[in-house]
Amino acid sequence: MKRVYLDHIAATPIEPRVVETMLPFLREKHGNPQSLHSEGQEALEAMEEARAKVGELIGASNEEIFFTASGSEANNFAVKGIALARREKGNHVVVSAVEHQSVLSSARSLEKFGFSSTLVPVDRHGLVDPEDVKRAIKKETVLVSVMLANSEVGTVEPLAEIARVCRDAGVPVHTDAVAAVGNIPVDVGALGVDALSLAGDQFYGPKGSAALFIRKGTRILPLVDGGIQEAGRRAGTENVAGIVGLGKAAEIAISGLPERMMRTEQLRDRLIDALPRLVDHVLLTGHREKRLPHHASFCVRFVEGEAMLLNLDMKGVAASSGSACTSRALRASHVLLAMGIDHALAQGSLVFSMVDGTTEEDIDYLLDVFPPIVERLRKMSPLYTEFMKESRK
Amino acid sequence: MIYSEKVMEHFQNPRNVGVIKEADGVGQVGNPVCGDMMTFYIKVKDNRLEDIKFQTFGCGAAIAVSSMVSEMAIGKTLDEAMKITNETVAEELGGLPKNKLHCSNLGADALHAAIEDFRKKRAVTEKEEGAGASSGAEKCYCPYCDGPIEGLEEYCQSCQVEIEECPHCGTLTKKAGDKCINCGAEIEPM
Repeated sequence: MKRVYLDHIAATPIEPRVVETMLPFLREKHGNPQSLHSEGQEALEAMEEARAKVGELIGASNEEIFFTASGSEANNFAVKGIALARREKGNHVVVSAVEHQSVLSSARSLEKFGFSSTLVPVDRHGLVDPEDVKRAIKKETVLVSVMLANSEVGTVEPLAEIARVCRDAGVPVHTDAVAAVGNIPVDVGALGVDALSLAGDQFYGPKGSAALFIRKGTRILPLVDGGIQEAGRRAGTENVAGIVGLGKAAEIAISGLPERMMRTEQLRDRLIDALPRLVDHVLLTGHREKRLPHHASFCVRFVEGEAMLLNLDMKGVAASSGSACTSRALRASHVLLAMGIDHALAQGSLVFSMVDGTTEEDIDYLLDVFPPIVERLRKMSPLYTEFMKESRK
Repeated sequence: MIYSEKVMEHFQNPRNVGVIKEADGVGQVGNPVCGDMMTFYIKVKDNRLEDIKFQTFGCGAAIAVSSMVSEMAIGKTLDEAMKITNETVAEELGGLPKNKLHCSNLGADALHAAIEDFRKKRAVTEKEEGAGASSGAEKCYCPYCDGPIEGLEEYCQSCQVEIEECPHCGTLTKKAGDKCINCGAEIEPM
């Protein structure tokens, strides 16, 4: 059966050129970059080349790039590492209400070390107001962490303004840019951030390859002690193949980004315009303009996300949802709730995120198969029956 | 696949979906906050379930469970139907993922609520019509360990965390925490 993959936010496909670059490092080029012999040096060279490419992609120098195994690890590293390194300066962190769990949980876990945190709210589009960040900063604040783009609703935050507010207050700022890097232009200088997380599986690189940018002069405590790797900030033998793949993905993004954005943006807009016309009671989530170019997210009233996903999958369409039933914890998405979306509507969350290979036909196919799925589920929904009864009155 | 073949089969071809206009009993459990909501309608003849229809808002498991319950109960006497448990329904379906066992597995409860509604109505037949019974609507689950929270209990029996309802979003969160774990709103200490 035809498969239409619209789950970029879970993981992109891997670029064939990325795979080709990685293969020798899974086969014959097996050296440990820390070894002095030729095999080791060959691996080291490849790794450093990748570091430079990742740096180039975000406007950082290579010694500011630290490889990690995931975006979540990079977020943990930044939030805990920077806050703990600045413990004597204060014990308070500021994060937004729509952060990824790896940021929220890191902030919560800092409570064990005597920290407290403030959650900055968002508006109904998921946007953080820089003024709210300013108000949340206290004299004890040692770190602000606000994401660059939200993977659930696609909203791109006014990060340069947020960073300016933090800089004026003398507080370092970290941004979780996992959903953004490789998909929209990201420049650490223009943003004015002190730390930034990125992950390869969000821009056609391999899973298990990610990085944290740490601006020179920013103090950070390692999470993993025990070695000289990554300038002593993250011990452990490096995932050379993954790092090389990440470097290649960065190289491809540097040259191909404008075209990549234009292509997915057209498809996104087509979907955002067409879907609410084909299905009643559908709400676009996130901001209409300030959003990722490959991201279209909705809440469909009276039906539940997982049931829609299963039906879509049977029709060959892969998508994702922030509904409680889809999450292992069975909690409705904190992002949607923070945007003021009620629980029942949040259950109908759906995210379609396009990838490089997505075509117009794919979107047409989705628009074809989706309305009957919703219709069928609504027919068995007590909420819909109730609504119809009410509206007939 | 997270679901058994049987679950997927019922999910794709649910039996007995719909509404009975002149139902003898109606039962509703769950709420959209917890994720799933089921309404069961029954027609009773000679103390037997002559017809059952249901409507379900929820995930694949919730829909499959509702369908399975209706299939298991049709034709049974009321007492027999009252013996169907959520556990036997899950067994009949070839098992359910662990995290769906409580939240989505409320089909038997909904059916029992409909039967109770029927019995209550019959008892007051001469006086007045009762409204549809509702049970389990208040039932929620501990946000920390997912154990069931009964009614207005203030702590979770399973993991002993003290909990309260967040005044902002209405979900359960840790008591005396500064922030709701669900909506992030700051909670004033009582």
